[in-house]
Amino acid sequence: MKLTGAQAFIKCLEEHGVEVIFGYPGGAIIDIYDELMKCDTVKHVLTRHEQAAVHAADAYGRVKGEVGVALVTSGPGATNAVTGIASAYLDSIPMVVFTGQVPTMLIGNDAFQEVDIVGITRPVTKHNYLVKDAKDLVPTIREAFHLARTGRPGPVLIDLPKDVLATLIKYPEPKPVKMRTYKPTYEPHPGQIEKACLELLKAKRPVIYAGGGVINSNAFEDLTELAKKLNIPVTMTLMGLGGFPGTDSLSLGMLGMHGTYFANMAVANCDYLLAVGSRFDDRVTGRVDAFAPKAKIVHIDIDPASISKNVRVDIPIVADCKHALIAMNTWFDRNKDFDANARVEINRPWHEQIKDWKNKHPLGYVEETDIIKPQFVVQKLHELTGGNAIITTEVGQNQMWAAQFYHFNHPRHFMTSGGLGVMGYGFPAAIGAQMAAPDKVVIDIAGDGSIQMNIQELATARQEKLPVKVAILNNGYLGMVRQWQELFYDKKYSQTVMEVVPDFVKVAEAYGAVGLRATKPSEVEPVIMEALRTDNTVFMDFVVAREEGVYPMVPAGKATTEMLLV
Amino acid sequence: MRHTISVLLQNKPGVLSRVTGLFSGRGFNIESLSVAQTLDPEVSCLTLVTSGDDMIIEQITKQLHKLIDAIKVTDMSEHDYVEREMALIRVKAEAHTRAEVLRVIDIFRGKVIDVGPKSYVVEVTGKDSKIQAVIDILRPIGIQEIVRCGTIAMTRAKKS
Repeated sequence: MKLTGAQAFIKCLEEHGVEVIFGYPGGAIIDIYDELMKCDTVKHVLTRHEQAAVHAADAYGRVKGEVGVALVTSGPGATNAVTGIASAYLDSIPMVVFTGQVPTMLIGNDAFQEVDIVGITRPVTKHNYLVKDAKDLVPTIREAFHLARTGRPGPVLIDLPKDVLATLIKYPEPKPVKMRTYKPTYEPHPGQIEKACLELLKAKRPVIYAGGGVINSNAFEDLTELAKKLNIPVTMTLMGLGGFPGTDSLSLGMLGMHGTYFANMAVANCDYLLAVGSRFDDRVTGRVDAFAPKAKIVHIDIDPASISKNVRVDIPIVADCKHALIAMNTWFDRNKDFDANARVEINRPWHEQIKDWKNKHPLGYVEETDIIKPQFVVQKLHELTGGNAIITTEVGQNQMWAAQFYHFNHPRHFMTSGGLGVMGYGFPAAIGAQMAAPDKVVIDIAGDGSIQMNIQELATARQEKLPVKVAILNNGYLGMVRQWQELFYDKKYSQTVMEVVPDFVKVAEAYGAVGLRATKPSEVEPVIMEALRTDNTVFMDFVVAREEGVYPMVPAGKATTEMLLV
Repeated sequence: MRHTISVLLQNKPGVLSRVTGLFSGRGFNIESLSVAQTLDPEVSCLTLVTSGDDMIIEQITKQLHKLIDAIKVTDMSEHDYVEREMALIRVKAEAHTRAEVLRVIDIFRGKVIDVGPKSYVVEVTGKDSKIQAVIDILRPIGIQEIVRCGTIAMTRAKKS
């Protein structure tokens, strides 16, 4: 029996076990939407903007550990999706995005709602395709899913001309994808593993620096095992939070520009740095030549291009993080000379030094009795959710306070736009996360600026009856830019004062959601408790200290030891 | 340092722009570029000349390798190899200079491939330095137009 392209598309999603997709219809993609109506296996979530659809798919994929799927129309639908795609690309998130396209015979004619989305997204996708022949449709979708989820994951885009979706084709039998040019390396080289382990045995001041690759490869347990076995302190990047229990005594919290004092001091003074699934981003390293200058650097990454890109590495290991960590754990288990108790002795002065740093400059803020500190709100959220909520963030101060004060103990519980830094990510991401985990508490920690970048998604949350909570840290500023202006631009607050901020309680109510407000510290807990009791979408408007800053802070271009402290 | 890099690519639409986009997007430099089909019509060979320190060249080869359509990336500079460029030069050839032009072309083992009443088109192949030498010698006689192609390169046969 022959199927239309649109029917084959749905069948191919089913073949890949896709249960939920996020999207927005339009003329060029209408054939698929027509088929979706008849389909009861694939649930479509209608967002109110294509960017939100892609962010939601991003977070859905992150929570589930699967490939997120977004579906948008041609032209503006596709261009609106670009920010979401770029964010997923920089964060290495597995995703397949389908865009409608004008009929093949019109391509290149500047037709209505035509745009060369394959050209536009080439630098922000892992790979992309224009399907010109209907018989290529299904094999292309299979290849796209394969590419998105294997190797270093990333978004893959498929552009679907309208006529291709209407053409009758025979549905090809499922078979494993084989690509001549694409064979990511999963297994580490045993010689490199041995070198890394031998060096680690010599180390007196080791540190593990874990990134998003740990989450992507589901290496949480293996990383924890290695750190505990060898008594190594662990610091995490923004993307790596939750890759190691944040409340564990070995955790140093986040490193980098807004990392903890002790994490940055530990990295600057370590003699052995094990980078796992991290990429030496500028927000992590600060001035590159002052980053871990005394250390032997071992770098585990599945992407060879990430190794020695910014910082010269002594022992590169190209592999999947999980496979490499298993190999290291096995090496120590088999090595008869390895004595865990002896490690504790050897590392004792190092751990004492770190404890000293922790006591000297713990993560903190100045508490006040009459005004809500934003950090206090995040601490309360952590306390009242038992640290078990899925947290999404927008970008700016809200993101950094969430990262610093919600001590993530589980992987796949923190969704943030780390690389691209997209304001407007958190709310649609919370929607995607809640779709993936209906029984979890999902909270978007937002600012009053960034929530407005995708505030229309209240309608989506309401339509899907999602009990998503949004905690708005409302300071009436674009807080992070204001902080930079305060510190480096003579307090000239150019265009960072939000002179008009909507009444978020009323906005929520206008959509049929619940709006709550706290203006005093004593109101924070009752507001959060009420929000958690409500099974509706809730906006919590926390009116916070206006000019609170995020500290520690490493000024751009400085060494990470040159921190501004509270 | 100058590097000649050879890339085997899937012969598909848009592949060239993936390569050039990578160079422009990451601020790498392309000094010359040449692409054509190989014996296998599904594979094309792209040769490019670039320059940079070791870390940049390492990134270039890694990023090229990362392209899904790239089959093989070879930094020729790590091997013993031969390379050639070709130039077509329209040079003034009037009564008193015709013999001189022919003599120069002969010395460089070039060919005259078109003869006009007042000019020749000559074809010269060789390494970049040789092409430059021909140009320098012909310039005083009067070069009217030059078209040069990118470098192409091949590894030498292994000895023994």
